[in-house]
Amino acid sequence: MNDLPQQLASGLILGAMYGLIAIGYTMVYGIVQLINFAHGEIVMFGAFGGLTAWLILPKGTALMLALPVMLVMAVGVSVLVGIGAERFAYRPLRNAPRLAPLITAIGLSIMLQQLIWSFYPDAKKARTFPQFGGESVNILGANVQRGELFLLIAAPVCMIALGFFVAKTRTGRAMQATSQDPDTAKLMGINTDRIIVTAFAIGAAFGGVAAIAYGLKYGQIDFKIGFILGLKAFTAAVLGGIGNIYGAMVGGVVLGLAESLATAYIEHIPGMELFGGGAWKNVWAFVLLILVLLVRPQGLLGERIADRA
Amino acid sequence: MRHRSLLIITTAVAAGSLVLTACGSRGEDSGGKSGGDTTVTIGLDAPLTGDLSALGQGIKNSADLAVKTANKKKEVDGVTFKLQALDDAAQPSAGQQNANKFVADDKVVGAVGPLNSNVGQSMQKVFDKAGMVEVSPANTAPELTQGTNWRTGKKERPFKTYFRTSTTDAIQGPYAAQYMYNEKKLKKVFVIDDKKTYGKGLAATFKGEFEDLGGKVVGTDHVDPKEKDFTAVANKVAKAKPDFVYYGGEYPAGAPLADQAKKAGLKGPVVGGDALFSAEYVKLAKKNSEGDIASSVGAPLETLDSAKEFTKNYEAAGYKLPYEAYGGYAYDATWSIIQAVKAVAEKNDGKLPEDMNDTREQVSEAMQDVKFDGVSGKVGFDEYGDTTNKQLSLYEVKDGEHKPVKTGTFEED
Repeated sequence: MNDLPQQLASGLILGAMYGLIAIGYTMVYGIVQLINFAHGEIVMFGAFGGLTAWLILPKGTALMLALPVMLVMAVGVSVLVGIGAERFAYRPLRNAPRLAPLITAIGLSIMLQQLIWSFYPDAKKARTFPQFGGESVNILGANVQRGELFLLIAAPVCMIALGFFVAKTRTGRAMQATSQDPDTAKLMGINTDRIIVTAFAIGAAFGGVAAIAYGLKYGQIDFKIGFILGLKAFTAAVLGGIGNIYGAMVGGVVLGLAESLATAYIEHIPGMELFGGGAWKNVWAFVLLILVLLVRPQGLLGERIADRA
Repeated sequence: MRHRSLLIITTAVAAGSLVLTACGSRGEDSGGKSGGDTTVTIGLDAPLTGDLSALGQGIKNSADLAVKTANKKKEVDGVTFKLQALDDAAQPSAGQQNANKFVADDKVVGAVGPLNSNVGQSMQKVFDKAGMVEVSPANTAPELTQGTNWRTGKKERPFKTYFRTSTTDAIQGPYAAQYMYNEKKLKKVFVIDDKKTYGKGLAATFKGEFEDLGGKVVGTDHVDPKEKDFTAVANKVAKAKPDFVYYGGEYPAGAPLADQAKKAGLKGPVVGGDALFSAEYVKLAKKNSEGDIASSVGAPLETLDSAKEFTKNYEAAGYKLPYEAYGGYAYDATWSIIQAVKAVAEKNDGKLPEDMNDTREQVSEAMQDVKFDGVSGKVGFDEYGDTTNKQLSLYEVKDGEHKPVKTGTFEED
């Protein structure tokens, strides 16, 4: 049986999710050269925001109707946490050595996890997330779950909107200017503080969308989901060339495909029987990262090596 | 200047939270002797938080019920029991720390727990050194009682203070294999495990028996139980078209795995051991759990007379969470320690020895001969510390609930 379409579809779906989250890393890095390691937890907060919306809505509400509310709530919560992180954890350290905000980010990520663990009702174990019922849809020979369709629609829509925003709006152009040279941008009258907050907010909003996609895809969320998701998305961002928003998406898709195909096919290569299978997928994902960095240190779509180290 | 004050606040918060954590873990020091009455503590170790907390809380509540019942009935004259529960969060290192804490506390006479076999492994030595008895209600890895060479038939008991009220994977996996092959007539299986002590062992014993019977293993794979994304494995399963999947592992990963495998196109059920026998499994896998089968040790509690009183008392005690898969075994494990203490007290003219070390030693010895009608049936221990009760049951998910489909004793053929 030819299952290549299925593996490609799975990889693409997974990759779209990584890509959405990777935007959060790449936008922030592109503008302030900071790796926001708490971004995975911002996504996790969004997922719990979405779940809260679902729980508050009257029982029996159709998921199709509830989805917009959940989406707004998830994005809202993520953006709030993202902006809060910027304002209280990163801004005070903006002129500190590069290491300080990195450590703060790790601390922040653990703090956010523990907040959910301690205060969200019943969050010490996995919480179920509403899911679309019904049969999966066959697209070009691959089975795609209804919940995953959301991702396939949301990811391109978000990307196009972001591309338009960055290229065409005043704020978007100010963003590009700030990312090229923040000091000169400031001299030109750009309010760089506002631009940085915007970058955090946009990244977090994408994270909120990804959070809903995650919940719909897997049907359950817990306080730890941010860690692996964040790490994978960060990898995607680096793969694509950190700082480049299209790179984030490309990196995500490449990573998702690599994971899916490696798990399915590597064990069929003679001599590699031992190295296939589910337990190895993260190994291959990171092997790929190392290979790309060795051959093309700036990432797939990266144009320049950070010139303001 | 603002930077510095922020740093100070952060440091203060961090330090404060550390202090708080330390406070939380400090044991209570009350108890001791008062007016001829002795209070002894029974330690309990289980995952009270984390993914497996549903099972752990069930164990804790059931042990608590046993202690309360013993005190109310004055089961051991002049001795009052107290339960001290510590959380291992399913981590071997935390379990070992807890074991050390129990051993260092000279009021602790014995311990119940833990849930996970790999945690049990890390605790055995600590208890053995102190001569303190440990009775696990849920460890099923054979090597814990029969040594690492149990597969070759060279059974050797590594720790004489370790006992358990649950049966081992050595019979749980094969029991399910016989049922699936002989009665369900399903001949093709895909075997997955999580590479942990419990899951790996269970999957291996299942696979061995299933192949011996003539069944075909069409594929094997492993998953990382810390993840939720099993699409890749699920696709592989769907492609191999097995009649069913056997999963050696616990429900936090087992449920999403079953869910995703069925979405990918698996037609048959997912079968597993007692760590899938939880209401949480059904809750997480939702309607994709229908038809899935879990084996568990002992007979279904609802069918045993000895268990009816337990279920009634458990309800009456008003615990917030259900007793789950291991509640009955936890009650029996606790009760067996109480019985051992009773035997020691009777031998010493109704009193426990002055020195806790003597008490511990004598309790461990007495444990070997403990026999009573427990919640899970007749409780007693063989020369390895394993339960003499070799009953097993299979449960199938029907209408969102695990319903018993078969109970019996495993027969080697």
